[in-house]
Amino acid sequence: MAYKLDIAPALPDAQNEEVGASKFCPGCGHGMVLKSLAFAIDDLGIKQKTVFGVDIGCCLLAWNYLDVDTVQNHHGRTTPVIYGVTRANPEAIGIAYMGDGGGLAIGAQHLVNAAVRGERMLIVLVNNTNYGMTGGQMAPTTLPGQVTETTPYGRDCDATGRPAKGAEMIAAIANPEKSYVARATISNMRKLRSTFKKALETVDKGGFAFVEVLSVCPLNWRTNNVDTWARLQQMEEYFEVKEFVSGSEGQNG
Amino acid sequence: MVNKLIKEDTKMFLTGNEVLAYAANAAEAEFMYGYPITPQNEIMHTWCKLLPKTGAGFLQTEDEISAGFSTLGGILAGKRAFTATAGPGNVIMQDAMSMAEMMRIPFVCAVMQRGGPSTATVIYAQQETRLTCYGGNGEGFRIVYSTAGHQDLFDYMIKAFNTAWTYRFPTYVLADGYQGKMREPVNMYDPASRGITMVPTEASLLPDGEIGKDRKSMHWRNTYNMEEELMEVLDEYKVDFEALEDKIAEYEEYKADDAEILVIAHGIVARSARTAIDELREKGIKAGLFRPITLRPLARKPLKEAVNRAKQILFTESADGQMAQMILEAIYGCTTPYSTLYKMGVGVTGGDIVAKVEAMAKQPATV
Repeated sequence: MAYKLDIAPALPDAQNEEVGASKFCPGCGHGMVLKSLAFAIDDLGIKQKTVFGVDIGCCLLAWNYLDVDTVQNHHGRTTPVIYGVTRANPEAIGIAYMGDGGGLAIGAQHLVNAAVRGERMLIVLVNNTNYGMTGGQMAPTTLPGQVTETTPYGRDCDATGRPAKGAEMIAAIANPEKSYVARATISNMRKLRSTFKKALETVDKGGFAFVEVLSVCPLNWRTNNVDTWARLQQMEEYFEVKEFVSGSEGQNG
Repeated sequence: MVNKLIKEDTKMFLTGNEVLAYAANAAEAEFMYGYPITPQNEIMHTWCKLLPKTGAGFLQTEDEISAGFSTLGGILAGKRAFTATAGPGNVIMQDAMSMAEMMRIPFVCAVMQRGGPSTATVIYAQQETRLTCYGGNGEGFRIVYSTAGHQDLFDYMIKAFNTAWTYRFPTYVLADGYQGKMREPVNMYDPASRGITMVPTEASLLPDGEIGKDRKSMHWRNTYNMEEELMEVLDEYKVDFEALEDKIAEYEEYKADDAEILVIAHGIVARSARTAIDELREKGIKAGLFRPITLRPLARKPLKEAVNRAKQILFTESADGQMAQMILEAIYGCTTPYSTLYKMGVGVTGGDIVAKVEAMAKQPATV
């Protein structure tokens, strides 16, 4: 006997229910990251003053995902648009949402300078170790030996350098008194939500926050669910999951 | 709200860059985002020096890319924000300018042209004419005012904000390093004293009202899924842009009515042309000037009429025909022969134009 489940999923208030099913690929991590972010916005009751900026790449699909004022930007340029907003409107809580390419390659200068200046915003960098939207090329975060379209024989760190560690870099340059810097992972959704909450609290108090989220890209990785999970665990070994700077609590590291 | 510094008519002797900062304040501009590049630096220097009095905002960004994009952010937040740039800065700011074009963001930028291509000179040129009018990966849905001196800088900087916020196309004050750095007298005034009301700004992000109660959340995009979807949007933009010609296109004619040799020049070169025309008239040569003030959109009808009235045309500019290329397209069908005086990245003097027109009077152009 089959039953139709008609229990509505628990959607955060800050998620746009009109969008319906996620537009991301099956198995993609973005939906989980965005949902956690939306729950954190709910937790703090800041939906009415949040401005959400999405970068180009897979992030662009989130342009109407949240029920908050949102602007889609150019590749790498979400950070300056959002600090442009929060400089002009100090009441706004700005969130710039980007991938590893948008944050650590094409928009790296904006990330670095926003952190140095302590721009009043949260930068969410979703690290899935490749460029998803463009078909799976090497990203700054691609793991050693990882096969991508532009490293078809595996990433050779002698030729292409080592994977970029965004959170460590930002932790080194952000003002420890007024910043929150962490790396989280979609393998721990509860922690992800509380991480976003702390980050947004920091911004609400006038600080700068950076959260790198380890995520998955099964389509471009060409992995099934078991291998996807295994790859995420491998990433968690390489990219340390922790709070690096927690200025609001007066801790560093 | 910002404090306006010019409350009554004030005559001052300033550099053009200083004039632009005062004009932006007179226009009630609230925020400037910028990155240093010569020859436009004194715009932000002056803006910053005046901040305690004006109560406006300023952010020095990490490059012109971010200066452009943060200006867009400030405008989306509902502020009358602007930026300024030049040369290679104008090149990399095209990224933000094309987003402004796509999303109809009332972006205002002063471009103080310097030599190009590349780093070239920090001094002067008219080589960013094409870039300012048609840069980015779009169709050139932009409004460009080409100024010819400090009074223009003051008047058109104020006008640029109102044009941008009325029609929602990126709007430029296109000047150059000579205008930016030289000093001359300028009459500054409160726009209200001239019957000019500043068009109110509005926030695209966090406008008034509660989401879910008074309004829906705003979702602004610049990406389209289908080709037809994009074309539908751009077709509408095109209709709006083409309607602008009748509303805002501006030009200046000087002794053009009976001119046998019509000089066509824009910006500071048009000023050289005026002195040349007076000298040529004294020598009995009927020369005149047509100066497009808006390069986008061009005042095509009066332009064509002036061209048809003349026996010869002289295009002159501090570039290799960037303005002429746009004019020639606009006057397609006119048969008046033309000659050219192009000095790439170098000023065109009245003497240059006198010599050229005298030669044309002796040996008419055949092109």
